[in-house]
Amino acid sequence: MSAAKNININLKIWRQKNASSKGSMETYKLDNVSTASSFLEMLDQLNEQLINEKKEPVAFDHDCREGICGMCSLYINGRAHGPDTGITTCQLHMRMFNDGDTIYIEPWRSKAFPVIKDLVVDRSAFDRIQQAGGFVSVNTSGNTIDANSIPVPKVDADKAFEAAACIGCGACVATCKNGSAMLFVGAKVSQYALLPQGKVEATQRVLNMVRQMDEEGFGNCTNTGACEIECPKGISLENIARMNREYLKASLK
Amino acid sequence: MAKSALLKSSIVKKYWMALTGLFLCLFLAGHLAGNLQLIFGTSQQFNEYALFMTTNPAVKLLSYVTYISIIFHAIDGIMLTIQNKKARPIGYAKTDGSSSSLASRNMAVLGTVILVFIATHMVNFWAKMHFDKNMPLVQKEIDNGMGGKQIQLVGTKDSQMPFMQLDQTGKLSKEFFEMIKAQTQGQYDLEVQDMTKIVNKKTGEVVFIGYKDLHKLTVDFFKDAKYGLYFTIGYVLAMLALAFHLWHGFQSAFQSLGVNNKFTPAIKFFGRAFAIIVPLLFAIIPVFLHLKK
Repeated sequence: MSAAKNININLKIWRQKNASSKGSMETYKLDNVSTASSFLEMLDQLNEQLINEKKEPVAFDHDCREGICGMCSLYINGRAHGPDTGITTCQLHMRMFNDGDTIYIEPWRSKAFPVIKDLVVDRSAFDRIQQAGGFVSVNTSGNTIDANSIPVPKVDADKAFEAAACIGCGACVATCKNGSAMLFVGAKVSQYALLPQGKVEATQRVLNMVRQMDEEGFGNCTNTGACEIECPKGISLENIARMNREYLKASLK
Repeated sequence: MAKSALLKSSIVKKYWMALTGLFLCLFLAGHLAGNLQLIFGTSQQFNEYALFMTTNPAVKLLSYVTYISIIFHAIDGIMLTIQNKKARPIGYAKTDGSSSSLASRNMAVLGTVILVFIATHMVNFWAKMHFDKNMPLVQKEIDNGMGGKQIQLVGTKDSQMPFMQLDQTGKLSKEFFEMIKAQTQGQYDLEVQDMTKIVNKKTGEVVFIGYKDLHKLTVDFFKDAKYGLYFTIGYVLAMLALAFHLWHGFQSAFQSLGVNNKFTPAIKFFGRAFAIIVPLLFAIIPVFLHLKK
């Protein structure tokens, strides 16, 4: 890897005061950004500059900054989590950009993810989908059975684990031309559908979760496959097909 | 599950999209096989095939399934597209299309092009075959026994009537019917029914069944001195749109129906081969007819 250097960049960032105000793209100039810094550190640097200029800093979501919490979002230069694959925005580094670049930074765009402020969106629609069926009912009255006492074929366990890797960041919705949440819901349905513990409530789960997904105003799946490519956790389209099968089975019951 | 979910649920809409789409792929294959007779068959063969396709009850049933599929596929597609647009009221200032194919992002546009094509195609051929009273009937030139030629209508196999002669314009003239009536002392009082049958009004006897010359209509359409070239180009462009639509649509239908397994690479390969070969063969036909001497 080449040594870190400093670059000067132009930023075009969506600024919106609050949920009800009309936002717009604003232009900022930021000098001396180290290519070794992460994208979020670059935004921290911008915010320091704005604070020094007595201006309102840019609001953006972030939490763990190690690619696991799913909190950071950002649609960067036309791609969810920016120009790299298999990463969240906190894992994106400024070495992906060149001196003099203009970088567009926008919030996730979806009717179901309304903008709260600047680049921060409300992703609680995902929580409501989860609450509609993304769980298994377990008796916790004191005689809980060890999960490992039920044999699970290794192949299924691996597939369920891959589906469960979904961090609910919403990149699938953001990148889908239809603002569809099928990859998220597909992953959540699949992680249970593949395991014996999940089979018990499989029928109600898929019907309720899909109904909630539709009610939230997410779009439909056109099978473009963009979500699979932009997903930081590499969730496969196979999960959407599995959800479609599960839904068909459940509808015919 | 509520009954309305059969139409309302996003996933069910996709099942319908997939099922109607796959049925229409079958229809395309059948339609292509018929059309290829324009290159590899005689005009007689093609017209007999056209007669079969417009009269056979099983074909009729299939044709209704096809009409319904086209309408349902279009309406369902429009509903899905409207919902999809609503799901993102504010678009992005900058987008990068690298994560999906051009065809997959433009299925609605491609579908609209195909729908417009189907409508014009049906006006140009289907409607004429079904409703046009002036559509030419199959005819041939024969010796009139006096060294000259005359035009005679060709009937279906068991209704060969040698006296069904035509006037200069190639049509059955009223004068001709009157002549027959006079010659037979009123025993044969003929009239045309259902555009192709000649019936003796007096006895109800069907004396002749001709059939429509779809071959001539098609050839004339693409060889038309003024517009033939434009019709041919339009047809080829519509087939290009169909190719892109199928390129994404064929394998996408299987994904929507939940088939994504070890057969998927084979389905994708077959779908892409289908998307290239079928529209290409369709498009070759008007080009062939247009250029044919």
